[in-house]
Amino acid sequence: MAVTVSERTVLQFSPTLTAKVHPLVIFNICDCYVRRPDQTKRVIGTLLGSVLPDGTVDIRNSYAVPHNENSEEVALDIEYHHNMLISQQKVNPKEVIVGWYSTGLGVTGCSVLIHDFYSREVPNPVHLIVDTGFSNGEGAIKAYVSSNLSLSLGELKQAVRPAGDHQLPLAAQFQEIPLDLRMVEAERVGFDILKKTMTDKLPTDLEGMEASMERLLALIDDVYKYVDDVDEGRVAPDNNVGRFLWDAVESLPKLSPAVFDKLVNDSLQDNMLLLYLSSITRTQLTLAEKLNTAAQVL
Amino acid sequence: MAANTMARSFLQVAATEEAAPPLRVVQIEGLVILKIIKHCKEFSPNLVTGQLLGLDVGSVLEVTNCFPFPQARVVEEDEEIEAEGANYQLEMMRCLREVNVDNNTVGWYQSTLMGAYQTDEVIQTFLNYQENIKRCVCIIYDPLKSNQGVLALKALKLSDSFMELYRSNNFTGEKLREKNLSWVDIFEEIPIKVSNSALISAFMTELEADTPVTQCDCDRLQLSTSPFLERNVEFLIECMDDLSADQQKFQYYYRNLSRQQAQQQAWLQKRRTENMARKAAGEEPLPEEDPSNPIFKPLPEPSRLDSYLITNQVSNYCNQINGVAGQSFSRLYLTKALHEN
Repeated sequence: MAVTVSERTVLQFSPTLTAKVHPLVIFNICDCYVRRPDQTKRVIGTLLGSVLPDGTVDIRNSYAVPHNENSEEVALDIEYHHNMLISQQKVNPKEVIVGWYSTGLGVTGCSVLIHDFYSREVPNPVHLIVDTGFSNGEGAIKAYVSSNLSLSLGELKQAVRPAGDHQLPLAAQFQEIPLDLRMVEAERVGFDILKKTMTDKLPTDLEGMEASMERLLALIDDVYKYVDDVDEGRVAPDNNVGRFLWDAVESLPKLSPAVFDKLVNDSLQDNMLLLYLSSITRTQLTLAEKLNTAAQVL
Repeated sequence: MAANTMARSFLQVAATEEAAPPLRVVQIEGLVILKIIKHCKEFSPNLVTGQLLGLDVGSVLEVTNCFPFPQARVVEEDEEIEAEGANYQLEMMRCLREVNVDNNTVGWYQSTLMGAYQTDEVIQTFLNYQENIKRCVCIIYDPLKSNQGVLALKALKLSDSFMELYRSNNFTGEKLREKNLSWVDIFEEIPIKVSNSALISAFMTELEADTPVTQCDCDRLQLSTSPFLERNVEFLIECMDDLSADQQKFQYYYRNLSRQQAQQQAWLQKRRTENMARKAAGEEPLPEEDPSNPIFKPLPEPSRLDSYLITNQVSNYCNQINGVAGQSFSRLYLTKALHEN
């Protein structure tokens, strides 16, 4: 009785489940795909992460699992999967299995078997599909969860097997769930570094500063142009944008010029003081070193 | 792709047995950078380490993958922990080999706090690695500095002359002058290049957000840098204390040495007058040296290694302060201009 009730609730699948994927996972998957043995057409692996308190699945890491597959069946190296899991958990015990990934385009028949295997490890695994073939001209990254389709309640009572936890699965429906690609870490590193096939030099502090300032300048220019356009009536005014702009301008601290100047000058002087101190220290170091090694004793 | 470069390097190695070209560049994959960042950030402020895997091709050291080491637990029995650590490493490398990752250790990475990485342990680890692999590199990542919007990643190597000197364990002033080795020569920093496979480059191009301003910019344009600077200066002060303690040690040694020399001279004089008296009396002159006398015992000169390491550290802090102060200047002028408008 209780089992049939739970089947019912599975059908009304909660649409609020979302998944968040960190850029490292994408990198890992692509790297494994590039290094796959020549005969296999796709790569399969485990996703690690955690489930956040609000229910979203946070996918943080992944590793590939060797497998053999042909059109009918698929064999996954389960021992390898467990060994890697144990090793990974030694480093980070908070990361647990949250699902699995595969490259390629759609969900195939074999995927159901693999999904079944993973659902034994974790109650509701997320299946991530990364389209490395770039079919349809875009690299699609999609996440799915599966729900078992079953017949209505009446017929189900007869179909229920008393032994075993599973119902007789009639079909598994893979429903797509919204995926949030958090690129915050990639942004921190800088998309330029991660995008190009070869970057010759890591940008130094000042170069990075320059780039940021240029972007800020471009942004301010855009805003100016927009405001001018609205003023002249060339562009229809958008209240939301106006409110954002107002908030931005309001957030500048309201200080009288004298106070502000004093603040800025104080900070400038502090910084100069530190520069001076560090230069002195460096001179001291060179002097000390000369004295130490140049000292002739005997 | 990996197979081709492997074949090339094999041929290269077979052809040129003698001098390997000096290491000029470290080529890291974007994947490795992200992994290192993730690992160091997750466990900061604890310091963590991990292993680097890759290929050694000519004058370029390619780092293609890495894996983290589990936290070293403070525990009584050392052997068990060591065996466990070694097992973990073997297990990881075996698993990675099955998915065609380069199974070649090229070094290790570690996270650091405010750039304080010049320790004896680093040197020891370098020497340990150097016994097994011809070229190894250490990558240092500073998660705190990266919060300022700079990718604080450095690749280090011990210079060859320093390594020889360390092996002989002789750090006296004369030896150092001979080799012309100063404290800048201990660690060599190697420029880093970043490479990415075409596939990931395609993905990233597509996934790049259209926003004109990224998180990186927000970090860089932040006005409050004082916590970072304050900590830097604190560490600098501590280091200077250590340095001055070291200097005092040297002064003590020199004082002792000169005192001993004075004693030796006095004793020698006494001996000479005695000998003159003996010669006058027609007896055998006594030897002018007496190795059993304690004042002739050579005093051990304190090793300069520590002071060199500390000096390196101090210079590092100074450089960091310079860098951050420079950035702050730009930011402050920016705010000034903004306010004027």
